[in-house]
Amino acid sequence: MSDNSNNNAYWAANMRIIKIFLVIWFICSFGFGILLRPLLSGIAVGGTDLGFWFAQQGSILVFLVLIFAYASRMNKLDREHGVDE
Amino acid sequence: MDQFTLNLLIVGATFALYIGIAIWARAGTTSEFYAAGRGVNPVMNGMATGADWMSAASFISMAGIIAFGGYDTSAYLMGWTGGYVLLAMLLAPYLRKFGKYTVPEFIGDRFYSGSARMVAVICLIVASVTYVIGQMTGVGVAFSRFLEVSNATGLYIGAGIVFLYAVLGGMKGITYTQVAQYVVLIIAYTIPAVFISLQLTGNPIPALGLFSEHTASGQPLLTTLEGLLSDLGFATYTEQHDTTLNMFLFTVSLMIGTAGLPHVIVRFFTVPTVKDARSSAGWALVFIALLYLTAPAVGAMARLNLITTFYPNGTTEAPLSLEEIQNNEALDWVRNWEKTGLLKFDDKNGDGNIAYVANGEANELTVNRDIIVLANPEIAQLPGWVIALVAAGGLAAALSTAAGLLMAIASAVSHDLIKGQLNPNISEKGELLAARIAMGVAIAVATYLGLNPPGFAAQTVALAFGLAAASIFPALMMGIFSKRINNKGAVAGMVAGLIVTIVYIFLHKGWFFIPGTNSFTDADPLLLSIKSTSFGAVGALVNFIVAYLVSNATDDVPADVQELVESIRIPRGAGSAVDH
Repeated sequence: MSDNSNNNAYWAANMRIIKIFLVIWFICSFGFGILLRPLLSGIAVGGTDLGFWFAQQGSILVFLVLIFAYASRMNKLDREHGVDE
Repeated sequence: MDQFTLNLLIVGATFALYIGIAIWARAGTTSEFYAAGRGVNPVMNGMATGADWMSAASFISMAGIIAFGGYDTSAYLMGWTGGYVLLAMLLAPYLRKFGKYTVPEFIGDRFYSGSARMVAVICLIVASVTYVIGQMTGVGVAFSRFLEVSNATGLYIGAGIVFLYAVLGGMKGITYTQVAQYVVLIIAYTIPAVFISLQLTGNPIPALGLFSEHTASGQPLLTTLEGLLSDLGFATYTEQHDTTLNMFLFTVSLMIGTAGLPHVIVRFFTVPTVKDARSSAGWALVFIALLYLTAPAVGAMARLNLITTFYPNGTTEAPLSLEEIQNNEALDWVRNWEKTGLLKFDDKNGDGNIAYVANGEANELTVNRDIIVLANPEIAQLPGWVIALVAAGGLAAALSTAAGLLMAIASAVSHDLIKGQLNPNISEKGELLAARIAMGVAIAVATYLGLNPPGFAAQTVALAFGLAAASIFPALMMGIFSKRINNKGAVAGMVAGLIVTIVYIFLHKGWFFIPGTNSFTDADPLLLSIKSTSFGAVGALVNFIVAYLVSNATDDVPADVQELVESIRIPRGAGSAVDH
């Protein structure tokens, strides 16, 4: 069934995109904001370091970019696989 | 005009605006009234979601918590925004494709089980009621200040208004009322922040001001703040004091709780298309980020202003005198907040001055963290209308969210529990009555517990997120991304996740949040350094593991349910949005 295999391919592609986006999501919040903060301590930002900026503001900006990038990437994928509404 | 009259005028004007819009919107067709979000452009829908989402916790409480907690409290900022990424990628498009009314309905259909639906109803009610307690705490603070009454009286008045607002009005359904509330809320939050940022750094954008130079000292703002804090013996602001484990789990808990809270998820059920479900989450976050990028600046600047108010001649000189507090007009706010009982000062050593230091024995000033945002414009000596506007903004935030949550509770009880399970033949009138009774009971319980809240507003709300994270989020995720998790697995998972989390919370915060019945404290928690607010992440893990193990040991998922899962993964064929 070609319909089924197309749907499976669509889902596999979606999962690949989600995984990549979640890795970026994790690195820019839990990573730079918490776990990797000591590594960024050398980079000064307005009286503190880059990790503090990521934890309080940078991560939020990254989240915004991620959602819109995901939405536009998926719209393209929907069309490629002919599953758009 | 005195401050009290100004407060009444501005708060009254915003209420008149919401009611006016509600009446105007009602004049359209009935179907427009029900189909909130349908046909509304994604940008407007994003604003409305922002008002639904940002509650007393975000508006009134969060910046105060940040002011006193510094870097450690970054979990609130990352957690309450990062969840939208999960929502956009992992839940919203698929739940929109499924296209039904409520979260329990999805869980009931996907796990082909009435019991799964009932367990979801219970999880939803537990999380939502906890959330409403946090709103009540915030509403109590706001009303006590602007009506100049005690905190308890403020809470009762607030509860009465929430009751009228949610139970009598159908306002929740009207997207444009929420758009208006968003506009009031964001203006009220931003204006004082801009003024204060200009005063302190000369930069009109607070988010940038936070990392700019403090004009008076010529050093970066955060460096100046660190200097003052260390002079008075307080913990540093930008360094980490919490354990990495707790901070990590707390952030996880808030993020996945965001993606598991029913009153936000339902907004994505009604967007026109699957495509819109993805971008709506983005627009919602745009409008949320406007407040969240400003909040850390508000926190740090308020702490700085608080210290300089009590040490007008620098931290090396004597602090503010009692005489000045009584007589200086610029310090009206100290006396006014004292009336609410949320700010206390006591000249313990009898030297005529009020010292504000870290050392508990020498310290003579206590400030409830939930008053920081509301008191902030007064501390900075901003004009009276700004102070009144902030009160209006705080009430808009608390009311819109409380109404949304109460609707979610009411629909779970009337639609899922009574109509879906107990009495499918119930009349429309009976369903409506049940919904109103459910709201009334929820408000009464939340008010009672709000008198002795388990924490500051944002902390109580964080507990609600932990409960949603441990129970609802994993069930939704597994329902969409796995075809192996069956009815028994899902029920066992949700029950296990909810119970371990709620028991852990009660062990630390008291059984049913009754003070004094706790066996542990968050300062010295039961497991490692995991505080009760962070345990939702552990509860979610328990949920996933139990669901997986039980599903593996029991029957396969029936073929028709597997087909349902296949179908929600593909956008094509989504029907039009259901009427709510």
